[in-house]
Amino acid sequence: MDLTVGPNPFFWTAGAVRGFYAALARAPVARVVIGEWVCSKRLPFWQDEIPQAVETLQAAGKAVALSSLALITLKRERKLTADLAATGLAVEINDLTALHHIPEGTPFWVGPMVNVYNEGTLRWLAGRGATRICLPPELPLESVAVLAQAGREAGVSVEVWGHGRLPLAISGRCYHARLHDRAKDNCQFVCAEDPDGREVDTLDGQKFLVVNGVQTLSQSTASMALQIEALRDAGVAALRLSPQTGDFTGICRGYAAVLAGRKSGAELAAELAGQVPGGRLSDGFLSGPAGAHWSGAAAAG
Amino acid sequence: MMELVCPAGTPAALRAAVEAGAHAIYCGFADETNARNFPGLNFSREELAEGVAFAHARGAKVLVAINTFPRAGAEPLWHRALADAETAGADAVILADLGLLAHTAEHHPNLRRHLSVQAAAANPDAINLYAQAFGVRRVVLPRVLSVQEIAAINREIDVETEVFVFGGLCVMAEGRCSLSSYATGRSPNMNGVCSPASHVAYAEEGPELAARLGGFTIHRTPKGAPAPYPTLCKGCFTSAEQTGHIFEDPVSLDATQLIPALARAGVSALKIEGRQRSRAYVAQVVRSFRAAVEAQAAGQPLPESALARLTEGQAATTGAYAKTWR
Repeated sequence: MDLTVGPNPFFWTAGAVRGFYAALARAPVARVVIGEWVCSKRLPFWQDEIPQAVETLQAAGKAVALSSLALITLKRERKLTADLAATGLAVEINDLTALHHIPEGTPFWVGPMVNVYNEGTLRWLAGRGATRICLPPELPLESVAVLAQAGREAGVSVEVWGHGRLPLAISGRCYHARLHDRAKDNCQFVCAEDPDGREVDTLDGQKFLVVNGVQTLSQSTASMALQIEALRDAGVAALRLSPQTGDFTGICRGYAAVLAGRKSGAELAAELAGQVPGGRLSDGFLSGPAGAHWSGAAAAG
Repeated sequence: MMELVCPAGTPAALRAAVEAGAHAIYCGFADETNARNFPGLNFSREELAEGVAFAHARGAKVLVAINTFPRAGAEPLWHRALADAETAGADAVILADLGLLAHTAEHHPNLRRHLSVQAAAANPDAINLYAQAFGVRRVVLPRVLSVQEIAAINREIDVETEVFVFGGLCVMAEGRCSLSSYATGRSPNMNGVCSPASHVAYAEEGPELAARLGGFTIHRTPKGAPAPYPTLCKGCFTSAEQTGHIFEDPVSLDATQLIPALARAGVSALKIEGRQRSRAYVAQVVRSFRAAVEAQAAGQPLPESALARLTEGQAATTGAYAKTWR
């Protein structure tokens, strides 16, 4: 099992993006997916960083793919998606729209926003050229195991959401703008104020969700720290780590150490609790009663 | 005339909708293969065959929703649903899953395929992909598009479009939302349920009634005031110094007034949400919308909406159809 870093869901400054990928080049990850997958309005502010980041990452020996947007409605967004397919780099599709532009037989990756819930879908995508699929985060372990097996048979590497706030929903409406009494078309890029998303609590103060422009994420950071053995047994090829602020390359090193047997999952989980935004972990989609559940809660007392 | 596609959660609702003037009925089997998998709802195989016979005898069609995403290792359950829908004489199946679309195109080539809103195909490229790869003939558009965008889509595709005009309103792109399973473990995509009643708890706390979903407080209302059902995305939450309906108010969709604009946008069919609704509700809504589409087709002004009564006490919105909603 190895590590893939997914595209950054949040709106960071060009400088922050530059620093992030320069540092990531030294992290023990096998591959990186880069690109805007949440809101096309953000792209002009940081897209000039992408060529340099790709070059740096490739020079460091990492495989690199470009991510498509997850929700594509505008003409401009369709054009962006078509352009991705023309770059010659691998494309990770996060919406079927991208597939329309990828010639049949050209290899591509599939991101977690494409609904791959069963073998029939996996096989159809493999037939179309998919070589790597990151499964939707809500799948339970039993489904993951069946799909990892189907992936091996079809020549597809199956990835699981390994670390990061969970992408729970995407909308036509921008909640960040709505919180500022603005419409999406006049958002004034307020999502840039919250580089890990803006927390949304219940009326009883329970930590619950995070809004990130048109996207809604979990407040807890999903972590497979305590599930790595189970995922390895299931035949999962890679863990996907989703960017956050703070020492992200350190977090990558933590997962790599567990994969290499140099650290226990419990040790990693204990470290992560102090490193993730909001300080809460979850792994309930894989094995718990609900996504927000954390299997380490009982052990931690 | 635009086709009026109406919900039926029970055989009685199907008959009521047909008699009230529905051009087509959509319904599902009583299991996890459809996205309204609620207790006491939906059709057995026999009921579907009877429903199809009833509808066909009166010139109406029956569309069968098999629009959840099959569980890994359990695809035969969904494949059987497809075969049984064809045997029962369904006029079309409504599908979302790629694997299931591929299976249907291969094994049931003569069964008409509609793309469910759960597939969230939101632009011509995605729609054309589904049309070319699987022979999809109609797409139910996700509720993230404005009327202008719908018109633009129709200029670039050859398949029919169907849009929601009344009833419950998803504010998230459908088929791509796991808010419900984050709180409860049960989701639209996997289980055909959202914010399931099995995970709802009410508690009287001081002067208030708290409504919780999977333990998360969705709203609090003063005791004695009407308490809306705790649907997750319509809840009242707090973010920094702000408290309110951060995603959407507890509203429902009413696009009656947009029927002429939707017709001009090239929409083929109008869909009413509500397979969980009563027979009386369905009949009343269908009758009203039938009058509206007939008036529209005849170039007459829309009749005074009889729907005000149905949304009374509950606010209505035109949702994403108006660009300012975003």
